[in-house]
Amino acid sequence: MHSNRSRISGHAIRGSRSIGVAAGTLLFFAVLLVSAAAPERHLSIYSSAANYSLPIVRREGRDYIGLLELLDPQGTVSAKSEPPRWRLHCNNILGDFTVDKSHALIQGRDIDLSGKFLLENGHGLVPLSSLNALLPRFLGGPATLHEESGRLFIGSIATHFTATVPPDDASHLVFRFTAPVNPSVASEPGKLRMTFSREPLTAPASPTLTFGSKTIPSATYSENNGAAEITVTTTVPLMASFSPDGRTITLAPAKSQTTAIATGVTGSGVTGPGVTASGVTGSGPAATSAPAATPAQNTTAAQSPAASPSASVPRRYFAVVDASHGGNDRGEALSTTLAEKDVTVAFARRLRQELENRGIPTLVLRDSDANLSLDERAFFANTTHAAVYVALHAASNGHGVRLYTALLPYGGEEDRGPFRSWTTAQQSSIPLSQAAAASVAVELRKQQVSVRILTAPLRPLNNIVTAALAVEVAPPASDLSQLTSPDYQQVIASAVANGIAAIRGQLGDAP
Amino acid sequence: MIRETMIPRSFFIALSVLLLAVLSMSIYAWYMRGRAAGPLASSDTRPVVPLVAGPTERVTLFVAYDDVGVLHAQSAQIPLPSVRQQRAEELLRALLALYLDKSSPHPLPQGSDIRSVYLVDPGLAVIDINAAFADGHRSGVLSEELTVASLIQTLSANIPGILKVKILVEGKERETLAGHADLSNFFDVSAVNQLTAQLQAAL
Repeated sequence: MHSNRSRISGHAIRGSRSIGVAAGTLLFFAVLLVSAAAPERHLSIYSSAANYSLPIVRREGRDYIGLLELLDPQGTVSAKSEPPRWRLHCNNILGDFTVDKSHALIQGRDIDLSGKFLLENGHGLVPLSSLNALLPRFLGGPATLHEESGRLFIGSIATHFTATVPPDDASHLVFRFTAPVNPSVASEPGKLRMTFSREPLTAPASPTLTFGSKTIPSATYSENNGAAEITVTTTVPLMASFSPDGRTITLAPAKSQTTAIATGVTGSGVTGPGVTASGVTGSGPAATSAPAATPAQNTTAAQSPAASPSASVPRRYFAVVDASHGGNDRGEALSTTLAEKDVTVAFARRLRQELENRGIPTLVLRDSDANLSLDERAFFANTTHAAVYVALHAASNGHGVRLYTALLPYGGEEDRGPFRSWTTAQQSSIPLSQAAAASVAVELRKQQVSVRILTAPLRPLNNIVTAALAVEVAPPASDLSQLTSPDYQQVIASAVANGIAAIRGQLGDAP
Repeated sequence: MIRETMIPRSFFIALSVLLLAVLSMSIYAWYMRGRAAGPLASSDTRPVVPLVAGPTERVTLFVAYDDVGVLHAQSAQIPLPSVRQQRAEELLRALLALYLDKSSPHPLPQGSDIRSVYLVDPGLAVIDINAAFADGHRSGVLSEELTVASLIQTLSANIPGILKVKILVEGKERETLAGHADLSNFFDVSAVNQLTAQLQAAL
């Protein structure tokens, strides 16, 4: 009897243990699932120096951001970690932070951080909400934080817009912006969404705009996770077209043929989900010069004129700017704290702005710290059908700028019909690439920047089917800190953009 | 009725002896492993000095200069063996000796070496460098390009008939030398000749 009881209680214990283990496992996977599903939050920063994005991290129930990483594109910034103290110099302003303290000294003045200062692997983290107080001290100007939506405006930078229905055609909606924009566009039944992740777009007077049009009754403005979004409600499928200067977007009912073109391009274009996952940004609406669709696609669209759910339509870019390295590939260690990958991405954003200011639609490959293989870079550049590809590098040795065109490898397979050999795809575009490099060199010399043109065995230049060059930026003199100087970067970005704009007609027809 | 099985005493003794032997062998093997690993960790990583003796020959080395980012053709008198493949190896080792010198105009990491050079007809040369060479190489388009051009131009200028060159690291293909110069393809010697002409022109 006694032994039976023991056996029963033993079974009970084993049973409850098994249930406990099973419950624990379920809980673990549930937590894993929830954490995997939670989207990574970002802070988008808009400033006259650069527009960029940084990850927001969650610590002790608060949102935190890396202060050095945030200020880095804004000027000459350095940090020294002597735990528990962390000192930051930004444009000769000294900030003194102490781990676990909720106050900091900026130029000797006490600032409330509204939360503890944290130090992780030498990176100083400050509460997101403290930026409104901190940034004006470091940068000497106003900073406006939209904490809920993860958007930060440094200085008086903003892009405003108006939306109007032309009196002569109530089926159209025209958006006019105060600066060039480049949103990604997606449509779903009854709606068209334009997402502005890089533009400092600000809200109109009312978040909901009504137009009194049967085709396009209203539009709403919202902000979320570092991006602004305009959602247009519609009763018919809409097509977006951009003006050449990127300041006007016109929405009009999609004709069956144009819908087919847009849908066809999406399938093989650069705006597919795989591309987004790889960190490529800058998808936009289709221009009228999108590649032709097959007859089969036209037929399908004619039978089913409604835009496919969540179909995004790619804009055709004239230039692709590739911020080399990224992710695990840091490139050259320019100093103990500065990696080549960080300089190239900052420079890429600046170059995109300069090109777009000249009316050149530009796609930046790697607008974040993403891993992109050389083959992926070539694939995205080629499928974009851009007229020119510019890879950006930075170096600590030498001075000035070095421009490279492809040094083609030996042999390679022969081209077969429309198919090009992958290793020597650049072959037929080399004269154009050399012309682009020469044009950029002329503009750099005008700015008194030392420049040299060379060929280089530098992938993916040899895999690009259009004009392709690489720009390696070294400091102007022996002072390495000049490499991150906004003034120096601006001079070079402006000259490179001028050089490309100067031979725009030679490179190809603008979209 | 329970029947106990008897195990002979001799079996126990044999088993104990065997276990003792296994234990002793394990301790000895562990000790020997430690001794073998010791000298390897502190082994001299400097490149092997060419043990070539005999008549010397005048060759042209294409030497990289980082300060101005150029290649200079320099004459040198070095001993060279008669076998073509060994000549190629000694030639490149002479070039590396310049780069490993304290006053090097284009410093390479300590321990850099040419493992082998294979000359394969028609016109293919395979340069196999060691891991120390590639792993510690300075990163940068120009820095890496100078190294690659220096090796290939020195080889092709002194060993006639080379049309294409492949660079391996520890006998294996690598994507880049140090993040930039492409090592995944064959170098076209005629294209490298043109690059050398560009690199010989100072700013």
